[in-house]
This record gives sequence, C-alpha cells and structure tokens, in this order.
Amino acid sequence: MEFGPYLMLATLEGAVTAAVLSLTAVGLSLVFGVMRVVNVAHGEFFMLGAILAWWVTSLIGGHPALGFGVAILCVPVLVGVVAVATDVLILKKINYDPERTIVATIGILYIIQQITLMSYGPDARPIEAPFNTRLALPWIEFSGGQPQLYWPWGLSTTTYKIGVIAAASVVLTGVWLVMVRTRLGLVMRATQLDREMAMAFGIPVERVYALVFGFGAALAALAAVLIVPIQQAHYLMGGDPLLLAFIVVIIGGLGSLPGTVFAAILIGVSDGIISVFFSPTLAKILATLLVALVLVFKPNGLFGARRA
Amino acid sequence: MSDLRKSLCLHVGLLAILFVLQFILPAYHHGNLARIMVLAAYAVGYNILFGYTGLLSLGHALFFATGMYGMGLLINQFGAQPASALIGGLFAGALISFFLGLIALRTEGVAFMIVTLMFAQAGYLLILYFGAYTRGDEGFVIQQAERMLWNINLSNPTIRYFAALFVFSISMLATLRLVHTPFGRVLIAIRENEERAQMLGYDVFRHKLAAVVLSGTIAAMSGAAYGLLFGYVGASFASVQYSIFPLLWVLLGGAGTVLGPFVGTLFMFYLIDLSSGITSAYMLIAGITLVLLTLFAPQGLVGELRRRVFRWLP
Repeated sequence: MEFGPYLMLATLEGAVTAAVLSLTAVGLSLVFGVMRVVNVAHGEFFMLGAILAWWVTSLIGGHPALGFGVAILCVPVLVGVVAVATDVLILKKINYDPERTIVATIGILYIIQQITLMSYGPDARPIEAPFNTRLALPWIEFSGGQPQLYWPWGLSTTTYKIGVIAAASVVLTGVWLVMVRTRLGLVMRATQLDREMAMAFGIPVERVYALVFGFGAALAALAAVLIVPIQQAHYLMGGDPLLLAFIVVIIGGLGSLPGTVFAAILIGVSDGIISVFFSPTLAKILATLLVALVLVFKPNGLFGARRA
Repeated sequence: MSDLRKSLCLHVGLLAILFVLQFILPAYHHGNLARIMVLAAYAVGYNILFGYTGLLSLGHALFFATGMYGMGLLINQFGAQPASALIGGLFAGALISFFLGLIALRTEGVAFMIVTLMFAQAGYLLILYFGAYTRGDEGFVIQQAERMLWNINLSNPTIRYFAALFVFSISMLATLRLVHTPFGRVLIAIRENEERAQMLGYDVFRHKLAAVVLSGTIAAMSGAAYGLLFGYVGASFASVQYSIFPLLWVLLGGAGTVLGPFVGTLFMFYLIDLSSGITSAYMLIAGITLVLLTLFAPQGLVGELRRRVFRWLP
C-alpha cells in the first residue's frame, strides 16, 4: 500500500479507539469533575461491562444481534447499580476524602478483579458482533491529471467499527445535552462548581454524587460492551483504559466535556497513526513525554479554564 | 521522660528488636523480613515527599528503578565493583530526581500526580526499548560472584539481613532526624499551608525540590540495595505497580509518621503472604482489608495509634 491509504487505515483504527476511549474518559471526567475524587476502579467497571456483556450474550444465545442488543441495554445499568452501591457503602462513609478514596478504590479494584477471576476465569473470550460486513474503501489516485477512484488491496473496515464510532458519537451528544439542557445536568454542574453553595440551595449533594458515580461507571461499561466484539473480554483488561482515560481527562482539562472528547480523539487517533509508522514502544515513550510536557506548560489541560 | 527521649527509645528499640530477630527467626521469615526492610526503606523515602511535604507522586518507581538499573547495569555492562555500582545507582537516582523535580514541580495536585506517572511510564518503556542492554521484561540476574562487597558475600542470608537492616536504619533515622530539623519543619509547613509558608518568606520551590531529591535518592538507594541483595534486576520494578506500592504502604501504616512506612510494608507483605497460604483469592482479602482500613483507620495504623494513644509519636 502507498502512504495515503495506509494513513487512512491507521486513522480509522485510531478513530475506533478514540470512540471507546472518549466514552470511558467522559465517565471518569464526570466523576472526577463533580466529586473531585480519583476513581482508580474505573477501569474495573469497564472490565465488568465487558465480562457481563459476554455473560448476557452467552445466556441468551440465538442471533448475535439479539444478545448484543440486550447486553448493550442491561449491562451499563447493572454496572451502574454496582457503582452506586460502592458509593453508598464505602465512598460516602469516608466522606469522599481524596487520599482515602484512592486507597479504597484500589481495594475495590482488587475485589472486582479477584471475583471476576474466580467466577469468570482467566480466559479471554470473544463475543460475536451483531453485524459485521467488510467494507472496502476507495482511494483517489491521480493518473495523468485525472482524479480516479480505486480500491487498494487491504484498505477496508467493517460496518461494526463504523457502528461503534456512530454509537459513541450519539451517546456523547446525549450526555452533553443532558449536562447542558436538563435540570439534572444543571444540578450536576452546580455541585461541580461549588459543593457547599449547592447544598445551601437545597441540592441533595450526596444523591447527586451516587448518581454521578453510577453514571460514570455505566459509561465505562457501555464503552466496554461496544469494544468486546473487536477485543476480547478478559479480567485484566481494565488497566490500559484506566491509564488512557486518566491522561485524556487531564489533558482535556478537568470537567470540560468537549475538552475530554477532543483529547480522546487526539490521543486515540495519534496512537493509531504513530504506532503504525514507528515502533510501538517508541511511540508510547513519545506520547507519554508529550502528555507530561503539555501538563507542565498547561497545568489545567488544553481546555481547562479554572484551577482544579 | 520527654517526648523526644520517648520517640528515640521507641525507634532505637525497634532497630534493636530487628537486630535480635535475625538470630531467632526461622529461615523463611528471616528472608521475608530482609525484603520487607529494604522495601520499607523505599516507603520511608516516599513518605518524606508524600507524608511530610504533602506531594502525591505516582512515579516513584522511576527512582527505585533508576537506583536498581544504575547499579545493575554498572555491574552487568561495565563490570564495576558493587560498592562503586551502589554509589553510581545512588548518584543516578539523585540526578534523575533533581531533573524530574525541576520539571514536575511546576505543576501541583492532580497534574503533579500525572506528570510523575508519565515520566515513570516513559522510564519503564525506555527500559523495554533498550532491551538489548536491560533484557526488558525478563530482567537479568546479578551473579553470586558479582555480589561480593569488600570480600563480604552479600548473598549470604545473615549478611543480607544485616545489610537490609542497615539500609532501613539509615533511611528511618534520617527521617527521624529530618522531622526535628528546621528544614523538616518547613516541609511540614508546606504540607499544611503552602501559601502561608511562602508568605513567611520560605522558598517553597527549593524546599519542595530538596524533598523530591531526598525522597528520590532514598528510593534509589533502596532499589539499588534490593537489586544487589536479591540478585535480580527486572523491568517490573519500574512499572506503575511499584509506584502504587509505596503509596499503599505509607497510607496503610500512616502518612507523616516515622514508623508508618515500616508498619505498612510489614502488614501488606504478610497480609498477602498469609492469605495466599489459606486461599488462592489473596487479592480479595487484600482488597477487603484495604477498604476496611480506609473505613475504620483512615490515618493508617500508626496514625491511628498516634491519634488515640501516643500523641508524641513523630
């Protein structure tokens, strides 16, 4: 393949990563922005989403689309309920103290991981995509000054990957609309801005916290359900999304939803492109150093207006 | 007895008990305790930055690994003597922590956490990238013949135990001394209220930088000693996990207490060791314990003791 089609393929793969990453990161960003706590177990909620998706689809059987449809509706709710329970039983009791929350969520991480290992086992298991047609993609070539479409060998994607990107965009738009247009979003933003003042205005801050924690976990679970048909479900799969989502949230700027999405696309796509053209390890070294330097010179992230 | 005398008695007493234990303990726990003491030195180093200065770093594995690889590569690639290799590792740790401090201290709070995490991650990946020299994930073994310090065989369990005790004592006594010096008190002032410390005329940045270098150098010392005493240098010691461990140990034992890091390391080590003897689900037990501790002993084990019984604990 020539350079152009190659670049397009890398961008497409990166876009899928970015779509899933932005969902996970927006979940983390909500929790982080509104509650001011670092949820180290966020990646485990992601993993739990993938595992439950496998469980639901294998329970239902039949046409892959049927199981997948049920999974995508139920799993985020289930994981959200688990997260709300965690919040009420543990985080609320320690008063959302930042340092204690880190330790407690590390504990939760261990618990979720071990329970999954004991019940689901150490295997990586795939689930079938609901629809999966190969799409060959055209590329424009100039031969003798005339633009001409042709189909380079190997330049293709699947309908499912396009579907993932579309679904993520729809959900993200939905989240944004909820945050900006509804009373619920208003309440969340008020809590994020000033917890005490929100309380003084009669906002049930603790219920908002529980809700946000559950909602954030549900978004991570949704991202996981979308990715399982491409990447298998495994009990250790939560580590990378956590780290990446974390970076994305910080780079995008704390509590800035558009910033988070922008950073997710930036990191997802550039990761796809860089690792196609350079050695993956070198790419990661450059990316991590870049992230560190962005933070050094713009400590509030690219879009963060206020100090955290 | 004055508080100072009491705390001196307590800490010297602990070292004396550790000294005596070497003659009593069965071989298995003897080996464990040697490991715990070296790792506790790492936690002590971490505690200077986190517990006393109030800076939460998620990248201390970088310093630990710098010490370890500085030492290991000097022996493995350049055939250096253990003594000079140890000093080399220590020096590398000081240098790296100085430069990281210069860059990372421009940020604060969560950004500081991420910047340190990113640099540690870059360090980990660099170790993998230069796999030709570092042997990547697999790591390399430091042969028994290379572990002779002035004709003393460091792989001998008794010697190893005393060496570990020595490393731990230096770091613990250094912190104990630190909290009573003006420098240490400024660090605590920065932790409590940075603006006020600045307004009182202290150069906050230089104090923080010194804390990073001190903390990083102790971590590097512990890393170099760990590699030399147990004869193995591997990339896993540079991974995120090894940045989180000292944080956990310190939080469990009690941040900002001199004894906390040791107690936390001891507790966590034996928690995992004992529970993995009972069931294969040791992580579950570790996780539940962590959650319970945050719920019922938020200031860590030693911190809780200080709050309830011994108010004079440093």
